[in-house]
Amino acid sequence: MSLTETSTLMAEYITLAHRQFIVAENLSLRLPPGKVTAIVGPNGCGKSTLLNGLARIHALRDGSVLLDGKDIHRLPSKEVARKLALLPQDNTAPEGLTVADLVRFGRQPHQGWMAQWSKEDQQAFDQAIQAADVAELAGRALDTLSGGQRQRAWIAMAVAQQTPLLLLDEPTSALDLGHQIEVFELIRALSGQGKTIAMVVHDLASACRYADHMVAMKNGTIIEEGAPAEIVSPELVQELYGVSCDLIHDPATGSPLLVNVRRNR
Amino acid sequence: MLNALSPTSVVASRAFFPPLLAAGFLLLLVVLASLLYGAGPVSARDAMAALMANGTEEAWFVVTELRLPRTIIALVTGLALGLAGALLQSMTRNPLAEPGLLGVSAGSGFAVALAILLGATTATLTTLVAQLGALAGCALVIAATRVQGLGNDPVRLVLAGATLTGLLLALTSMLMLMDQRAADEIRFWITGSVAGKPLSILWATLPSITLALVLIAIAARPLAAMALGEKAAVGLGHHPGRIRFLITFTVALLVGSATALAGPLIFVGLVVPFIARAFSGPDIRKTLWLCVPVGPAVVLGADVVSRLIAAPAEMPLGVITALIGAPVLLAIVRAGRMPSL
Repeated sequence: MSLTETSTLMAEYITLAHRQFIVAENLSLRLPPGKVTAIVGPNGCGKSTLLNGLARIHALRDGSVLLDGKDIHRLPSKEVARKLALLPQDNTAPEGLTVADLVRFGRQPHQGWMAQWSKEDQQAFDQAIQAADVAELAGRALDTLSGGQRQRAWIAMAVAQQTPLLLLDEPTSALDLGHQIEVFELIRALSGQGKTIAMVVHDLASACRYADHMVAMKNGTIIEEGAPAEIVSPELVQELYGVSCDLIHDPATGSPLLVNVRRNR
Repeated sequence: MLNALSPTSVVASRAFFPPLLAAGFLLLLVVLASLLYGAGPVSARDAMAALMANGTEEAWFVVTELRLPRTIIALVTGLALGLAGALLQSMTRNPLAEPGLLGVSAGSGFAVALAILLGATTATLTTLVAQLGALAGCALVIAATRVQGLGNDPVRLVLAGATLTGLLLALTSMLMLMDQRAADEIRFWITGSVAGKPLSILWATLPSITLALVLIAIAARPLAAMALGEKAAVGLGHHPGRIRFLITFTVALLVGSATALAGPLIFVGLVVPFIARAFSGPDIRKTLWLCVPVGPAVVLGADVVSRLIAAPAEMPLGVITALIGAPVLLAIVRAGRMPSL
């Protein structure tokens, strides 16, 4: 599956707030097309709120999010859903819902009011379960799967939306190492097929390893942005998390590795 | 509304059409039983002869003028309550969210009792009042689900509903003390019955029921997506706020209509979706389809029982539905693990 169309997503001077409390002010961000962008930062820095703002889930106090140059909040939600898929963090599934049931939901943005399941829907469905490698699990209920399998099923739903953009909110939180790798490699594979991806990642090491582009946030502002190899430094880690560390390069992949992480004396 | 089952899902998904057909067949049997038994001194054999167009004039009259209207009213009541229960349970993600248990029916009932006391007699007015009462009841339920600790605990929400129902019943009893003539009418109506109801009430509720069905057709797909979580539903291009509003309005239309038709029946909105879900699985769209034959079959079946159990006298329909519903409620609560929707 390769995508012929691409879309651009950018935030221009956006301000995000939870009621009175300003979470992020005057942020601007452009997702590099065809790349994986990781948004990192300490707890409460506003990274999830930023992602939700980009995905039109969180209302903007000020500024605008532009999808292909158009204000995302003025576009019909269904039209947005054909260009931008979202994997939220707090998703739920009713008991007994199967992987196939879930992935089929991904076709809703493409279906008319009374439209039946079409040939294109079936094609997208088949491609999605293959891409996410859940074909063998299609008949299983989500509540019987492992965390990694379940997360791949959710990603398959987002893939079935056939969108050029994919946003994921902490896709690997609560997963053990093996399942994290499973999900990150899937995300890399999807990027290889041309999707523009942005994800909030808790773990800086994974972000270094799997992202092309890194956005480092603290207290609601973007303090550094660029390729992980270029921006990750002991100073950045100090500023983000308040810990000291040394930096080496992964002999296998060349990506930055944090070692000897310690509290400041 | 229903997506064709894709090949990969055939293995997994529960067979859906056999139970739908079985429920439809069962419904036909219940309709036949309703035309043959009870309500009027005509034996099943004579009624059958009348249906075959060679019976006595008396049998023909009893079947078409007494039993047929009653049957139709029971069918529509069952349809409305079954759908309303399934919708409310799906929206609140609470398998115990039943209009009768949560006080929606009681709100509707209180409103009608008040209207009767004030002298309302026309079917149209009763229906409108019942729907307004149901809407107020719905609003209270929604407000209650937003209270911390209530919304995510099915049993506590039902307790809140029981409190509201108790309060409204007490208020209704107070109304009945005020006027003897109105009291008799209210008492007859509040137990819940489809006996001797004029067809004019049916005509008055039909527009609302039709509108409700259209709204369900519009909202079913987004409602199904909302089971994946609010944000996931937005991600798929839906507007959860709008859908919740639509569903609330639809539930009020349905419960108000059912209350106007048969009085405040409890447990029907619990039992019908419970049966439907057992065969449909977690997708609300399939559950709603199954409620279409199951709801009418349950209410009409209960009504047939109500005619036979104490013949020649009749047991009120509300008593029968409560007798059927209470054990189901206990079974769901005692199952230890509440099914999550």
